[in-house]
Amino acid sequence: MTQKLDRLKETPSQTAGPYVHIGLAPGAAGFEIFDQELGRDIAGPNARGERIRIEGTVYDGTGAPVKDVLIETWQANADGIHPHPADPRASEVEAGFRGWGRIISDFDTGAFVIETVKPGAVTGRNGRIMAPHISLWVVARGVNVGLQTRLYFADEAEANAADPVLGFIEQVHRRETLVAERTADGVYKFDIRLQGERETVFFDI
Amino acid sequence: MNGPRDEFYQRDRTWHPPAFSRDYKTSVARSPSLPLLSLEQSMSEITGPTFGHSDLGPLDNDLIRNYAHGGEAIGERIIVHGRVVDENGRGVPNTLVEVWQANAGGRYRHRKDTYLAPIDPNFGGCGRMLTDGNGYYFFRTVKPGAYPWRNWINNWRPAHIHVSVFGSGFAQRLITQMYFEGDPLIAQCPIVNTIPDPRAIEQLIAPLDMNAAVPLDSLAYKFDIVLRGRRSTLFENRLEGN
Repeated sequence: MTQKLDRLKETPSQTAGPYVHIGLAPGAAGFEIFDQELGRDIAGPNARGERIRIEGTVYDGTGAPVKDVLIETWQANADGIHPHPADPRASEVEAGFRGWGRIISDFDTGAFVIETVKPGAVTGRNGRIMAPHISLWVVARGVNVGLQTRLYFADEAEANAADPVLGFIEQVHRRETLVAERTADGVYKFDIRLQGERETVFFDI
Repeated sequence: MNGPRDEFYQRDRTWHPPAFSRDYKTSVARSPSLPLLSLEQSMSEITGPTFGHSDLGPLDNDLIRNYAHGGEAIGERIIVHGRVVDENGRGVPNTLVEVWQANAGGRYRHRKDTYLAPIDPNFGGCGRMLTDGNGYYFFRTVKPGAYPWRNWINNWRPAHIHVSVFGSGFAQRLITQMYFEGDPLIAQCPIVNTIPDPRAIEQLIAPLDMNAAVPLDSLAYKFDIVLRGRRSTLFENRLEGN
């Protein structure tokens, strides 16, 4: 006999279901209840850096848009700093920069829009620089555990080529599933494919 | 520095439901077919959004009154309370817990819900709160009703409350569902049964907690939530002075 490790088990995940908006974005569900809904303003009014708009759609394995998806985003500011006590430079983050957003797709088309500022590069493990990226967490009806992925920027080709996370993707052609295409000044397009052809890379972090 | 201090333990993907669960039909076309890519955590994963009391309103955790239009919500009055802890049993303080649910008749206040059970004019169905310094949270509501859904033709969800928790890093982000002790629909539900291990299912079933009930007012259920534990880095490859 040995001593017991005595660790608790993580609470198991369950799907967010089709009515996730009631709890996390009641305005989208069709009613106003809270004085302020959280996650509507990622960067705030004082944010440094380039204002950008990311447009996209999440598709299922049949190619149909997922119209009841909810996406949360998490990113550093334009200087690569996260507004969180674990970041040693957190005090330098501009007032009002939240770094976190909650994005609802359109119920009729499935299209979503992320409005924020372009993040700066962040130092990764072993001092390696990670290319500018936004972390995404995708939940919906039919998704049993939230899916984690990252969004990189096509106009950061040099940084992307040196990015350690993109570099871990063995099938080189799959890396482009994480790269948002620049379609106009300050506008990017980023689709997520849950399953099948050109399936987006998802992470176990 | 070799890696970030205080990264999170690996998630046990055999304890969580798999992405693909044939009996929960919507998961069939919404589950990735390729494996997840395992990543060591960086600053992007060990940090996450923080919230403060200025984000919330005073009635946000009282679902009986936070959407009152001249009355109170109808149904079995209950208090749900518990702690948010990590796998080491440490409380997770000041973290945001959000909940949503159907009303006592199983009807959601959502433009896409067309179930024939009526809306309760005094019930919105959502609430939110921050845990205290010990990771403790509580909210008041009415017990939700079961409701039918289009999976198999006679599928009914057990009474449940959806729960969303942040923790202190984006890697801890979790959405789950809380069920009620003794509900015979739990064993039949294809969404519950996406979870392979019966012990993991038990972790989602809140027991009746008579000690927390308010006599002549409300019953109570206790629901503790466990988030991923934190590793304290015991040794790491660092140069002196770093």
